[in-house]
Amino acid sequence: MAIPTGDTIGILSDNLRLRQSVMPIPKKRATGWAKKLNLPRGGPTVIYTGQMYQLIPYIETMVAAQERLASSPLAGMTGLGRRMNRFVNIMRFMARPAASTAAEYDRVLTDIALLLQTAGVDFGYLYEDDLYSGALAHDLGLDAVVALHARRVLEAFKRHGVRSVITVDPHTTNMLRTVYPSLVDGFTVEVKSYLEVLTTKSLQIRRDQTKDLVIHDSCVLARYEGVVEEPRQLLRAAGVTLNEPENTGRLTWCCGGPVESLYPEKALANAQRRVDQLRTAGPEGVTMCPLCLANLRRGAAGTMQFQDISRYLADAYVSQTEVS
Amino acid sequence: MSVLLNPGLVDQVRLTGEFDAAACMNCGVCTAICPMGLGLLPRGLFHQVLMGREDALATHTETIFSCLLCRMCEECCPAGVHITENVRTLRRHVNRTRFGLKEA
Repeated sequence: MAIPTGDTIGILSDNLRLRQSVMPIPKKRATGWAKKLNLPRGGPTVIYTGQMYQLIPYIETMVAAQERLASSPLAGMTGLGRRMNRFVNIMRFMARPAASTAAEYDRVLTDIALLLQTAGVDFGYLYEDDLYSGALAHDLGLDAVVALHARRVLEAFKRHGVRSVITVDPHTTNMLRTVYPSLVDGFTVEVKSYLEVLTTKSLQIRRDQTKDLVIHDSCVLARYEGVVEEPRQLLRAAGVTLNEPENTGRLTWCCGGPVESLYPEKALANAQRRVDQLRTAGPEGVTMCPLCLANLRRGAAGTMQFQDISRYLADAYVSQTEVS
Repeated sequence: MSVLLNPGLVDQVRLTGEFDAAACMNCGVCTAICPMGLGLLPRGLFHQVLMGREDALATHTETIFSCLLCRMCEECCPAGVHITENVRTLRRHVNRTRFGLKEA
């Protein structure tokens, strides 16, 4: 029995309204990646994670829990689950990711911060005020609760004196740069992806990345935000030979991730179709979105390797002592 | 089979946001290139909404929420229809009328 769509959307909406995220995770987990970096709190320019990379390990375990739930008699009781969730975060009991998975996604954020520092960018971090952007809720048409949440984010920026933010994933970039200004009066914060920022800086190559990679563009980064050349420029300058698959750049093929919360089996089928396209161009793929990374890995099931672009860029441009 | 049409449906849908499906010239590019193979979205369902087929929104709720919002269709639409925003508008309408989500 499929989990009723309306109940799932209701739980996600309630979570964003009551707990500031569609999938609330412990604050320690959301901010732990920055522990060793001693980033200043706030300031005119901040790195903004929107908790997307931190959420992926929880989403993976939640999808597995959803699949178990869908095949059990409890699937018909999600209405009750939604009512309970208003009082206690039921996801706390359903999603407990492995520490090793969380550490891998945390490393993406650490690598990005080190890349920005290496490039001479002066930035802070908002720690517990680095809130989820509301991207999934916006996709699901929950605009009123997203507008409420966008005002919280704007208030946090005001409290910390933020005038510009550097985003790390496509969905948060799109929400802050394009969606929030349409929802909240006075949202004038400058928003750039770290890939855009890095292409404007002078970076010295420390370790040549002599390898062939198949590039998978994010739909949101390429088609919504028009960021296509920047990742290619950074990778090629690092020595990477890029193989373009069928459907690339602005015509990229979605990984399927956006429907994972409601229909995980459809997301997986789409990821498998995309992996089939990518595999014909080479055995090692590079992604620039946490949803793409997780979903394509799931679709490939070990038949093709995927890494986030930050791993290759950090290997190329950041000194070995800092990376380790 | 008789179907009850609601001539005011498109106006009700537009209460929740943009819905420019009338600009569609029915060429079928969107259907042909949809990664999810959603035969009904966007073209077929949009036209049913324009005709007032309220039953179509009830029958095809899963299709409406299966769209990836990836914008592949919009990128290739010769009529420049804001397809993904139209889908989001339908989702808002369904959230309100079928799922009873009053939101914040």
